[in-house]
Amino acid sequence: MLEIKCPVCGVVGEEGDFHGGGQAHITRPATDNPANISDEAQRDYLFMRHNPKGLHFERWRCDRGCGKWFHAARDTVTNEFKAYYSIRELPPVELMKAATGSWAEYFKDKMVTK
Amino acid sequence: MTGKPYRLPDDSGAGRLLDRSKPLSFTFDGKKMTGYAGDTLASAVMANGRRVMGRSFKYHRPRGLITMGSEEPNALVGVGTGSRREPNLRATQVELFDGMTSVSQNRWPSLDFDVGIINNHMSRLFPSGFYYKTFMWPKTFWHKVYEPVIRNAAGLGVAPDGVDPDSYEQVHVHCDVLVVGGGVAGLAAAQAAAANGKRVMICDETPRLGGIADISNELIDGKSQLDWVREQAASLTAADNVHVMTRATVIGHYHHNYLMIFERLTDHNPALAAAGAPRHRLWKVRAGKVILASGASERTMTFANNDRPGVMLSSAARTLVERYGVAPGLMGLIFANNDDAYITALSLKRSGVGIARIVDVRENPQSEIITAAQDAGIETMFGHAVAGVETSAGGKQIDAVKIAPYVKGRGRVVNEITVPADFIAVSGGWNPVAHLWCHNGGKLQWDDTLACFKPKSHDDDIAIVGSANGTMDLAGCLKEGYAAGEKAGGKARLKKPRVVVRKQAPVEPMWFSPATGKYNEGNKHFIDLQNDVTAADLELAQREGYESVEHTKRYTTLGMATDQGKNSNVPGMGIIAEATGKAVPEVGTTTFRPPYTPFSFGAIAGTQRGKLFHVIRRTAVYDWHTSQTSVMEPVGDWRRPYCYPQGGESQQDAINREILNVRNNVGILDASTLGKIEIKGPDAGEFLNRMYTNMFAGLKTGKCRYGLMMNEMGFLMDDGVTAKLADDHYLMHTTSGGADRIAAWLEEWLQTEWYDLKVYVTPVTEQWSQFAIAGPNARKVLEKLGSDIDLSHEALPFMAMATGDIAGFPVRLFRISFSGELSFEVATPANYGQDLWDKILEAGKEFGIAPYGTEALHVLRAEKGFIVVGDETDGTVTPHDVGMSWAVSKKKPDYIGKRSLEQAFLTEPGRKQLVGLATTDPNEVLPDGAPAVESGKLTGHVTSSYWSPTLKRSIAMALVKNGSERMGEKISFPLADKVIEAEIVDPVFYDKEGARQNV
Ligand SMILES: [Zn+2]
Repeated sequence: MLEIKCPVCGVVGEEGDFHGGGQAHITRPATDNPANISDEAQRDYLFMRHNPKGLHFERWRCDRGCGKWFHAARDTVTNEFKAYYSIRELPPVELMKAATGSWAEYFKDKMVTK
Repeated sequence: MTGKPYRLPDDSGAGRLLDRSKPLSFTFDGKKMTGYAGDTLASAVMANGRRVMGRSFKYHRPRGLITMGSEEPNALVGVGTGSRREPNLRATQVELFDGMTSVSQNRWPSLDFDVGIINNHMSRLFPSGFYYKTFMWPKTFWHKVYEPVIRNAAGLGVAPDGVDPDSYEQVHVHCDVLVVGGGVAGLAAAQAAAANGKRVMICDETPRLGGIADISNELIDGKSQLDWVREQAASLTAADNVHVMTRATVIGHYHHNYLMIFERLTDHNPALAAAGAPRHRLWKVRAGKVILASGASERTMTFANNDRPGVMLSSAARTLVERYGVAPGLMGLIFANNDDAYITALSLKRSGVGIARIVDVRENPQSEIITAAQDAGIETMFGHAVAGVETSAGGKQIDAVKIAPYVKGRGRVVNEITVPADFIAVSGGWNPVAHLWCHNGGKLQWDDTLACFKPKSHDDDIAIVGSANGTMDLAGCLKEGYAAGEKAGGKARLKKPRVVVRKQAPVEPMWFSPATGKYNEGNKHFIDLQNDVTAADLELAQREGYESVEHTKRYTTLGMATDQGKNSNVPGMGIIAEATGKAVPEVGTTTFRPPYTPFSFGAIAGTQRGKLFHVIRRTAVYDWHTSQTSVMEPVGDWRRPYCYPQGGESQQDAINREILNVRNNVGILDASTLGKIEIKGPDAGEFLNRMYTNMFAGLKTGKCRYGLMMNEMGFLMDDGVTAKLADDHYLMHTTSGGADRIAAWLEEWLQTEWYDLKVYVTPVTEQWSQFAIAGPNARKVLEKLGSDIDLSHEALPFMAMATGDIAGFPVRLFRISFSGELSFEVATPANYGQDLWDKILEAGKEFGIAPYGTEALHVLRAEKGFIVVGDETDGTVTPHDVGMSWAVSKKKPDYIGKRSLEQAFLTEPGRKQLVGLATTDPNEVLPDGAPAVESGKLTGHVTSSYWSPTLKRSIAMALVKNGSERMGEKISFPLADKVIEAEIVDPVFYDKEGARQNV
């Protein structure tokens, strides 16, 4: 049972009071013209996920609190939450830099714009 | 040992915990016995001259107690009777009370004569992996032969009868520091942590703090350890910021220092339960910091027939004497590889128990306490080991102990001497109790000096101190305890006590003592006493290639009993190491999972039983429903009336009557459970466009539209009618079970993907009562009630809505129909619900109105071929599959599931499609879920099936491969006892043109 802090309303609560929303930062392809998105691209969007041993980025909802979604960076080995940040934002730059594996690949060209 | 007095006299100084002025009577296996206040069940039974406390699980060998506490593998008993009988309790932990009824386990018909003992003589037929090897074949034997036999012969204890009469509680708390274990190290940690005002909890699984201080011999500040721990316990109990809990076992440590404590409040005193106290409490604790001071448990050394009653751990023998004044026997032999056993020897000697000698595997150990034992006249024998025991009375009585010179790693013993003795106290060293350390990922490492696994690292804010940390000396325990307490609570100004450090001779690891005679014939070396795993089993597993210790565990069941290998894991790995010529850490490591000890189902359930088991949702008309019918159906958390039988009517008759009344007159349904979500804001229309498969932007105010909702994979997840109340205001209806899920789904998309849309989503299901008034007379009922809304077909046509008053109640009125009849759904604020319901029934009387339940609702919709999401769909069904391609927009630029719907596997031919089924025999009703089989292949299944009183025949819907192209074909549904044939037909059975609802 993790202990989680909602960055929107500030409540600290039990995992059961929150709702886990899986991996963060998934880009949804526009669907104006389905032909623009290959079956493979759609498969990757729907099903392919990072599964790091270490720093991970996820979505949570403050289910029994303010009801807002937010982002969290969590170490999957130690379960330590490294940061909570807005659902509309990328992680803090230092965490994007600390990311490894496929996450590092994902953040590679996103740090400048932050 | 039977019949002899084993209670030591009061003047021996033994029996610290006994109150000899309070005798207690109890029964064990029906025999009346007496004990004293302060006894455990185990000590009292022993004092009555009874050493055998149970039979073993597999071989049904007689067994006595081995340990002094919760780690006991053998002395498992059932306590209490009837609904208060609890099996599998450890007799060493059960506190005796007057009138206790207790029974041994795994024995039939009695403890002395046991038919299962034949397993012992047939043990060559029961090697490890026996169940895997033997019971694999033939498969049909499992049900009728193997399983009943195994269940009768095996199994631990007998479950209670009837409903548990006791109450249970759960408590959620936070604390700054939780100290686990009330021994010397834990007390020091709690004192230091509490000194600066931190909120501290300290708990211990025994009835009192102090750990094993009372059976230790070192001094603290010149006082006995017992005096010191008493002072500490008293001052902690008196402190406002410290919560002391006893009889409270920390059974699990989870993420972020979340812990569960199992507290037993009345088991030791039934009068408390009778007075209404909860029996058990399950504490759920979020601790800032955790300090584990869970101590160490003694381990055994393995020799031939080391399971015989009378073979026990040295600490258990010492405890029996010192705490309970019970002699483990008349003449004891001490088998040691470390100095701690000498404390036991001195204790036995002091209390007048005979000691044959101390047999020590070490070649020439030297220390103060060894000299003290020799000075006390106790004979010592170094460089020797116990090789076996000689027994009588079917193994229940030890007569003598076989001793042989010990040379590490040597095979069969040649020379041995025999020494008369009737019990053996074994000390093979101490293992840190690091279970909780491991529950949430703490790592262990092998310690060569102590020959045990001890804590290494942990990611949580948790410290481990004292013997739990492999620190076996008193000074070290105190030092670590205070240091951890200060680290958790801030630098404390405590005066630290002084301890004179006495040097101990080091422990010499010893796992296996060879025997004379043929290997494993009458010479069983038990490793796991609870699961009856022997050294030979472990070696066999190695020979058969189970090299990984994890495989060996599962193959032999080593360490997989209810004690989780507390006594057996380390010796087992030691033996595997010796058998394979590896070092123990190369063999593998060990870990532990919650719970530390078994705990009660009552504690897990807490107060969530009976009426409090599940909170149910009730509509405003719930009480009226339950006054009219007892047949309620769960729909999500709601309870809805299934049907309303009148007089002596059967349920089926009631359902048929309700349906025909809707078709011929008018019915009323409480549809309040229907999900209702208000969607408001300038972008509400655009938002609906993206959530539904069909177009919503063009909808006119005052109109309704049926919408289909897919998930992002293109599969149907909900449906319902949405009404447009104003340009920026819509009311969405969802399925009854889906209301909360869909509200969360809408929120998720608004917050996480389309946060540029200006839309609010507000669930209002419970704000409204909503009733469907359906049937040819529906309009007449409303007209009679009186309304400022023009109810004519011209003013309020099908799929229109209006707001206004009906019979003086403010309403939203929708002309929507799930029955195919002329139908109005009227919604009024929930507080008016019951009043309006009553008024409608009154006004409808002359038009034949009658309430109808959920089953009539379902049949009415099935007659019309309307789908129910969750019946006709199962999470793999698309709008095209259910024949609703008309509701899938080709124009909208974006909506959920749009791209997925075009994935190759969803567009290729051969998918199942929704069809109607007309059974060849119209009276035959297909069962729900019946499979269609063609040429030996499964080609479909029934999704809904009913008797239609309207059509006077059965109707069904099914998903069938290529179904939409197979109208008129016949397919068959093989059932257990017959085959039902049906024709594939249009799923709309009644009023295909929709004329009846459009009047
Ligand atoms: Zn919140």
